[in-house]
Amino acid sequence: MAAILEADDLSFSVRGSTLVRRASLALEEGATTIVVGPNGAGKSTLLKLLTGELSPLQGAVRMDGAALPQIPAWELACRRAVMVQNQRLAFPFSVYEVARLGLEGVGRAQSRARKGEIIAQALETAGVIGLAGRQYQTLSGGEQQRVQFARALCQLEAGRSVAQRQILFLDEPIASLDLCHQLSLLDAARSIAAQGAAVLVVLHDLNLAVTYADRLVVMHEGAIVAQGEPSAILDDNLLRGVFRVSLSFSRLPPAGQPFLLPQQHLTPIQPGGVVPLRAASA
Amino acid sequence: MTLAVKQTPSASAAALAVLTAGHRRKGVIAIATLVAICLLLMLLSLGAGAFAIAPGRVADILLAKLGFGSADLLGSREALVVLNIRMPRLLLGALVGAALAISGALMQGLFRNPLADPGLVGVSAGAGLAAAATIVLGDRLLSGFAMKLPFAVLPFGAFFGGLVSTLALYLIATRQGRTSVATMLLAGVALGALAGSLTGLLAFISDDRQLRDLTFWSLGSLGGASWTKLSVVAPIVLPLLFAVPLLARGLNALMLGEAEAYHLGIPVQRIKALSILLVALAVGASVAAAGVIGFVGIVVPHLIRLSIGPDHRLLLPLSAIGGAALLVGADIIARLVVVPAELPIGIVTAFVGAPFFLWLLLRRGRIAEL
Repeated sequence: MAAILEADDLSFSVRGSTLVRRASLALEEGATTIVVGPNGAGKSTLLKLLTGELSPLQGAVRMDGAALPQIPAWELACRRAVMVQNQRLAFPFSVYEVARLGLEGVGRAQSRARKGEIIAQALETAGVIGLAGRQYQTLSGGEQQRVQFARALCQLEAGRSVAQRQILFLDEPIASLDLCHQLSLLDAARSIAAQGAAVLVVLHDLNLAVTYADRLVVMHEGAIVAQGEPSAILDDNLLRGVFRVSLSFSRLPPAGQPFLLPQQHLTPIQPGGVVPLRAASA
Repeated sequence: MTLAVKQTPSASAAALAVLTAGHRRKGVIAIATLVAICLLLMLLSLGAGAFAIAPGRVADILLAKLGFGSADLLGSREALVVLNIRMPRLLLGALVGAALAISGALMQGLFRNPLADPGLVGVSAGAGLAAAATIVLGDRLLSGFAMKLPFAVLPFGAFFGGLVSTLALYLIATRQGRTSVATMLLAGVALGALAGSLTGLLAFISDDRQLRDLTFWSLGSLGGASWTKLSVVAPIVLPLLFAVPLLARGLNALMLGEAEAYHLGIPVQRIKALSILLVALAVGASVAAAGVIGFVGIVVPHLIRLSIGPDHRLLLPLSAIGGAALLVGADIIARLVVVPAELPIGIVTAFVGAPFFLWLLLRRGRIAEL
C-alpha cells in the first residue's frame, strides 16, 4: 500500500494555546483511518491541517509528494472531498441542489446528464434520494448530515475523472444518525476505500471505530498518543488515560475484535491538566 | 423515507429527472414572465406622466424611430417627449434598478444573509457622501479655474465612496474568515450614520444650488436623466451585468460557508474580492446617476428566492430584470401621484420597501439568527 497523503510533524497553535503538537501520520490507498479522542483533543484541527484549510505552523502535509500549498485549489478539490461538522446553509436550497454543490467546483467539465447521474447515485448511496425535492432546512439534523455526505460523494465522483488517487475526509459524520444510518454511512465510506481511495474519519464511538478502522489514531491534548491496527494499540491503560473512563474490555470471538463497555467516568481533566500517558507509539 | 430507500435506483433516478426538469421549466417561466412585465412597464412608462401619451401612440413613435412607419411622427411634440425625455429616464431607471438589485443579491450571497443590502449597511450612504463631496468641494476647487465640474467625475467619486465603505464593512465584520452578521448590520448602521453626518456637514457649507443637488442625492430621483448621463453610467453598469454570471457557482458554494467552498475547489478570495468590487462599482454608478435609492436590493432578490429558490445562476439574472422592472414601475408612480410635479423615486421605493422589510423580519421565526 502506498501513502496518498503524508503529514510530517505538524504543529498548530492559536493565541498561545497549542491545538495540534508534532503530529505525523500517513493515509494509505484503500485504508480507512479513524481518529478518536476526547473533546478538544485536536481532531478537527488536525483534519483542517490535512485538508489544507489551515496551514501548519510547523511541519508539512504532502499529497503524492507535492506540498499541499503548491496544489491549486481546484486540483486539490478533485483529489479530496471533505465533510465538515458544520451543516448550516444560508439559503433554502433543496436537497438536490445541496448535493449538486459538490459539483460547483470540480464538476464543470461534466455534461448535464453525467451530473444528474452522479447526483442521483450519491443521493442513493446516502439514502436521501427520496428527499431530493425537500427543502434542506426542513430536514432533521441526521437527514441533513446524510445530504452533506451525498454532497461529498458527488465531489469525489466528479473528481475521479481528473484524479484517481483520492481521499475522503469525514469529520464526525454520524454524530446525529440513527444506528442503521451510522452503519450504512460507514459501510459506504469503507466501500469507497475498497475502490482505492484513502478515507479518514473522526469518530466518537470507540466500538464503531474499532470495527471500521484499518488504522486507528488516538489523539490527546493535540498529540497523537497512539496509532496503528486497532486491536494492537487499544488497552485499558490508554483508554483510562485518554478518555477518563474505566471500561470493561473484552475480545469478541472469533477474530478477537476488541469490545468496550464503559463502566464509570473518572474525574474529567481540565484543559492543560497533566495525566500520565504512555509514550506515543508510531 | 424507508419507502424511498426501497425504490429501485432507476425509478428514483427517473423521479429525480422529472424533478430537475420541473425546476428548469420553472426558471424559464420566471424569466419569460419577468421580461414580459418589465417590457410592459417600460411601454407604460414612456406614456405616463404630466403629458400623457397613449401606449399605442408610444408604440407608433418607437416603430417610426426604428424606421417602420411615417417619419413625420418623429417631429411631433409627443415624439420629443418620448425619445428625448422619457427614454433616457426609462433606460437610466432600468439600469439603476438592475444594478441595485444585483448588488443586493451579491451582498446577500457574500454575507450569507438575506438582510444584507447596500442601502441598509451604509454602502449607498458612503457613495452618497463621496458624490456630495465631489459636488460641493469639487466645485469649490474648480471655481478658481472658472471650470464647471463634469458629470463624468461623479460616478468615480461615488464608486470610490462605495468601495471604501464596502471594504470597511467587510473588514470590520469579518474575523478569521467568518462574517458576523450582527456586527455587519451594526457596523453598517454606524458607517451609514457617519457618512450621513458628513454629508450633513457638506450641506451646511454648500450654497443654494449645491443644496438642491444634495437633497436630490439623499432622496434619489431619476429626474435629471439625460442621454449624456446615460452614456456615462451605461458603460459602467452594463459590463457588470455580464460579469455577474461568473460569480454564480462561487456564491452557491459559499452558502455552505467559506471553508466548505474552499474544499469544493472555489477560489473563495477571488470571488469575495470580485463581488465587493462589483457592488462598489454598481452602487457608485447608481448613486451618481440617481442618488440613494433604498430597498430595491433587498426586496427584489428576496421575492425571487421565494418564487424560484436561491440558486444564483437564476437569482442573479432574474434580480437584474426584476430590479429594472421595480424601478421603472416605481418611477411611473413617482410621476403620477402628484401630477404635474413628481416625487423623488427614493420615497416611493422606501414606502414599498420598508413595510416589506418589516414583514421579512417578522416572518423570520428565530430572532437569534440576526
